[in-house]
Amino acid sequence: MTVVVAALIVLLSILPMLRLIQEIFAPGGTLSTAAISAGLTNATTWVATGNTLVVGFFGTALAVILGTSVALLVTLTDVRGRSAFVLCYVMPLMIAPQVTALAWLQLFGPASPLLKMLGIAPPLGSRNPLYSPEGIILLLGVQYGPLVFLLVRAGLRKLPRELVEAARASGAGWFTVLRTIVLPLMTPSVVAAAALAFVSCVGNFGIPAFLGIPANYLVLPTLIYQRLAGGGPAVLGDAAFLSVLIGLIAMAGILAQEMMSRRRDYRISSTSLAAEPYELGKWRVPVQVVMWCLIVLILVLPLFGLLLSSLVPGYGIPLTAATATLDNYRFVLFEYGAARRAFLNSFALSLSAAAFAVLVAIPVAYLVAWSGKKWVKYLNLAVELPYALPGVVLAIASLLMFLKPIPFTGIQIYNTVWIILYAYLARFLVLALRPTISGYHQIDRALEEAARVAGASLFTRMRTIIFPLVAPAALAGGLLIFMTALSELTVSALLWSSGSETIGVLMFSFEQGGDSNYASAISAITVAITFVLMLLANLLAAHLPSGVLPWRD
Amino acid sequence: MAGLTINGVTKTFGDFDAVKDVSIDVRDGEFLAVLGPSGCGKTTLLRLVAGFENVTSGDIRIGREIVSTAQGCVPPEKRRVGIVFQNYALWPHMTVAENIGYSLKVAKVDAETRKRRVEDAMALVDLKGFGDRRPANLSGGQRQRVALARCLVAAPSLVLFDEPLANLDVHLRAAMEDEFAAFHKRTGTTIVYITHDQAEAMALADRIAVMDNGRLAQLAAPRDLYREPANEMVASFISEGIVLPAKVLIPAEGGHVKVDVLGQEVVVRCRPDEMRRAEAKICCRGPEISAAAPDEPGIDGTVRRAVYKGGVARIEFAPDADPSVVLHFEQPDPNPFEAGARARVRIASGWLIPGGASA
Ligand SMILES: Nc1ncnc2c1ncn2[C@@H]1O[C@H](COP(=O)(O)OP(=O)(O)OP(=O)(O)O)[C@@H](O)[C@H]1O
Ligand SMILES: [Mg+2]
Repeated sequence: MTVVVAALIVLLSILPMLRLIQEIFAPGGTLSTAAISAGLTNATTWVATGNTLVVGFFGTALAVILGTSVALLVTLTDVRGRSAFVLCYVMPLMIAPQVTALAWLQLFGPASPLLKMLGIAPPLGSRNPLYSPEGIILLLGVQYGPLVFLLVRAGLRKLPRELVEAARASGAGWFTVLRTIVLPLMTPSVVAAAALAFVSCVGNFGIPAFLGIPANYLVLPTLIYQRLAGGGPAVLGDAAFLSVLIGLIAMAGILAQEMMSRRRDYRISSTSLAAEPYELGKWRVPVQVVMWCLIVLILVLPLFGLLLSSLVPGYGIPLTAATATLDNYRFVLFEYGAARRAFLNSFALSLSAAAFAVLVAIPVAYLVAWSGKKWVKYLNLAVELPYALPGVVLAIASLLMFLKPIPFTGIQIYNTVWIILYAYLARFLVLALRPTISGYHQIDRALEEAARVAGASLFTRMRTIIFPLVAPAALAGGLLIFMTALSELTVSALLWSSGSETIGVLMFSFEQGGDSNYASAISAITVAITFVLMLLANLLAAHLPSGVLPWRD
Repeated sequence: MAGLTINGVTKTFGDFDAVKDVSIDVRDGEFLAVLGPSGCGKTTLLRLVAGFENVTSGDIRIGREIVSTAQGCVPPEKRRVGIVFQNYALWPHMTVAENIGYSLKVAKVDAETRKRRVEDAMALVDLKGFGDRRPANLSGGQRQRVALARCLVAAPSLVLFDEPLANLDVHLRAAMEDEFAAFHKRTGTTIVYITHDQAEAMALADRIAVMDNGRLAQLAAPRDLYREPANEMVASFISEGIVLPAKVLIPAEGGHVKVDVLGQEVVVRCRPDEMRRAEAKICCRGPEISAAAPDEPGIDGTVRRAVYKGGVARIEFAPDADPSVVLHFEQPDPNPFEAGARARVRIASGWLIPGGASA
């Protein structure tokens, strides 16, 4: 089993990265720095890198400020309606970035049905204020604030109440405790969250694609997309260089985090109850009002805008009871051939990726959680890599690997749906692996050992003891994969070809062609599916380690 | 310095009373230990005094100031109490000196004075030269001393300890016990000290409050607690007391009374106002039980177990009159008792547990 697992992971994680590096240093098999110097001397490279860093930094800053404040309020104070709020606040994380982008565009644009209803829409033809770096930063902050929130909240929950109480007994008021005890102790969580948000921001494709391309504000992922769309496989070397550049920027973020968290000792050794919530007293109601306003602003209004524009018959037509129509839905669901194909493709891809990941995660997690061998740690790292690095990197690596037919077999998967499947498998495996590992950690190993003593072989133990016990966690992971892959855009935007469109690609091309209403209809459908899946996953919740379903409080 | 008055305090979580109608008056400068089995509400009581929880009813006063009532309470940061936690609760991101100086910094004491007072506090707990260390690099005993210094430095009016020695090994415990005693003597601070270790409570405290299921079972000096337990719970909790059914034969005279225990007539200590009653209980302890000759007054029964413990043997004895009770005591060598054999023991004295409402 071990050998099979290792081979699989080499194929999915290590090989593509090696192939990418080879392309940079030795394109065509001979060592050369031509690709690097060509990339370095191109001015657009530098402009896009600058832009990437700008939106990366400010997007991260916004996400950290939002996510940390919300985490502090939700965890440390006595605000009410906590689980409902957490569910709503984490929602944007479950929605694909390009859907978020589209929803906000529909909300603020001159054609916005909502603004038109209110009679405050800017004149048709004026520029949408979100087509700007500020717009990109805002949406990145909204999209990844919940990511920061989840990590900081997990950290806060481990804060022993005695540390807070000792400070209060020393005479410190609440604000002082926050400033001198809570926030310093949360530095590791905040820094880790910031690093994760940074990697996500610089690697994000959906938001800068929808908001930046119309303003001709390119970041590295969108630059790669444009190059490839314009030049095809001929410019792959170029794209490879750019994707390694993003990879490096992302890794720099992770390294910076490592260095910062080494500087001081923040280890909290004792375990204890969580701190008593701070009583907001007369501030409770205002704080709750502000928090729910935030939800209305970042979730309800955009989704409402999305829904409204999916009901509008055409661009710029005001929405009234008379004009509202379901035609857009009918068109994308039943009439447009490519759309039907895209739905089929995306469903099949997500389903296979999820099923495959669940099946692989159970034995891999077994090794990671229980074998205790050193090389297994690297195995785990290798699985994390394709997800930790921006999706563009993996997409380009897959292109490079499969541009030519697979050696010895002559099978050509380039320009088919299979190459997308390969990339999904590599990228999302970790989403099933993580919950499964924590599922294993919750199981008493003696259960398996008892079966072993009883004479059961590894395979029998897997089937009869282990699978039933970790299955809920692995399935929840599979569900997360399904949700993520269903409206995925970053990878498929670079790998699709006619016939292998995905829902994400379809949305993108509708929006680029000016058919926002169709794009909105598709987005509304995916959001609805996501909701339903979240509800389904909640049914599993009782059997899951805590933290597997991010939106559950 | 200030005394502490806990007056009829009840604390309810949901519909569960963690502390029920507890009244304790701690004198200025007194060392009070709170003793009780796990889950009896000791920590809750301490958190009420510190102000981390508010009382459901009753009130708490520190010195003359009322700090807790059901209507509202003074927040912990305004109470000037010091706390030493079982898990030390040192802030890992600060050095030892920063930990100790924290309350002074919060109170905006100037850097010069702060430094001096932190050094004084460190000297007091024997931690000179440790100022730049991090808590992670200290031993358990050193951490507890830092925690002590941290609460001393602000010269609190009242110091609360929550099982401060529970995480330390036996040797360190003895040393820290001496240190706490010395500290109390030196500073004269009022101390409330929570523990479930009887020996610790007896060794340190002026008075001990025994808690049981959220109620105050008895508040007395260690010696009185041992010799004159107010009720069955205290009698059996303290030093493995043996509680036996008894019949009071005559009214008390001069603090003694004659009772019938398992068929033997014994003169036991009692409250001066005890009357004749049938359903009484006495408490006696191992040293008050010994082997009896066949012609002496005594109790017949069977030896259940005899466990040799080096120099003495622990004997468990089931009397014929009531085989459900077990008398246990230690018999020095040579040991005439054998497991399963018939034997006769006698009770030399004991304490008549006050009846009914006087508990
Ligand atoms: N915040 C709370 N909510 C609900 N119940 C609580 C809370 N805090 C304490 N309790 C309950 O009150 C009871 C008393 O708890 P407390 O911590 O005071 O016990 P303790 O005497 O300190 O025990 P130990 O010796 O184990 O520390 C326990 O049954 C506990 O479960
Ligand atoms: Mg306790």
